Amino acid sequence: MQTMMSAVSEWLLPLIVGSILLFGFIKRVPIYNTFVDGAKGGFATSIKLIPHLIAMVVAVAVFDASGAMNILVKWLEPCLTWLHIPPEVAPMALLRPISGQGSLAFMINIFEQPDKGPDSWLGMLASTMQASSDTTLYILTVYFGSVGIRRFRYAMGVGLLSDFVSVLASVFAVSLLSGMIHF
Amino acid sequence: MIDFIWLVLFLAGIVTAMFTGNMSKVADAIIHGSERGVTLSIGLISVIALWLGLMNIAEKAGAIAWLSRLLRPIARRLFPSVPIEHPAMGAILANMSANLLGIGNAATPLGLKAMHELQTLNEDKETASDAMCTLLAINTASITLIPTTVIAIRMQYHSHEPTAVVGTTLLASAIGTAFAIVLDRVFRKLSRRRRAA
Repeated sequence: MQTMMSAVSEWLLPLIVGSILLFGFIKRVPIYNTFVDGAKGGFATSIKLIPHLIAMVVAVAVFDASGAMNILVKWLEPCLTWLHIPPEVAPMALLRPISGQGSLAFMINIFEQPDKGPDSWLGMLASTMQASSDTTLYILTVYFGSVGIRRFRYAMGVGLLSDFVSVLASVFAVSLLSGMIHF
Repeated sequence: MIDFIWLVLFLAGIVTAMFTGNMSKVADAIIHGSERGVTLSIGLISVIALWLGLMNIAEKAGAIAWLSRLLRPIARRLFPSVPIEHPAMGAILANMSANLLGIGNAATPLGLKAMHELQTLNEDKETASDAMCTLLAINTASITLIPTTVIAIRMQYHSHEPTAVVGTTLLASAIGTAFAIVLDRVFRKLSRRRRAA
């Protein structure tokens, strides 16, 4: 299972790139120019992110440098250990459904710590948590707002509960990859 | 909501620093944090541009239409209240396909189009229909094939294997989506029972 997980990671990207190019070529798409045309959008997308990232990275950096993060983590530790969720990612998990940039800033904060970094267990967990879920509250507001729905019924409950499941699933997936769980 | 969270992060930090004596670190964090916000965003250009270029090819080659055909039998089960020939079904399928391919900026307009079409089938225009709730459950859980932003940031922190998270993300998001679909079903049944009672 562990080897399968790392094989998926190694093979998926090259396979997707190869099949998109081949698929496009067969369908007679001018692949080179189409690629260049689409890639242009990468600038605008990244530049648009700058103000959001500044706002959130600064806020999280202040929160962490002051020692407030440590206090919060210590405080959350007892209730999270039995769920096998490391308390270090708890602030990130709480913010994920509300602000994608906010939780991204917490992920970056974990990457920055010299004893952790992106390849550590926590770094992998934070990466997976950030990538495997979406900004639930934002999506609900935009989608329902666009057609004037005011009563969301159970949609909010389902969204937030599955965010919680995503966190547990991320812990499971990373444990599987690092060989902490065997099948 | 976001205003409140942003304020709390700052205030909690500054007040804590008053007691822990970390004020100079906090001042440092403010200056360096903003710098990192800029460099990180610029570092995202590489992977995001690459991915948007590839997705442009996939889109022009008709990948969304192709995937929509594959997903049709699944969508029929997920959205029993939507007639298979209704334009809402087409929009739902296109939204699901774009999500699966990771074409984020195509998925949202397609999703909004699906909501618009579902609203024409909705009896009470201010209350979410069953199909709308299912669409939202799938969209908020979102299966992710290639997490581009996270990979790009891992690269900037000198990860030895930036793409190592592809497998874990696929597994975790698949589990999340499966749960979202099951939860949506359970909640729908419960709400019916409550309405009948």
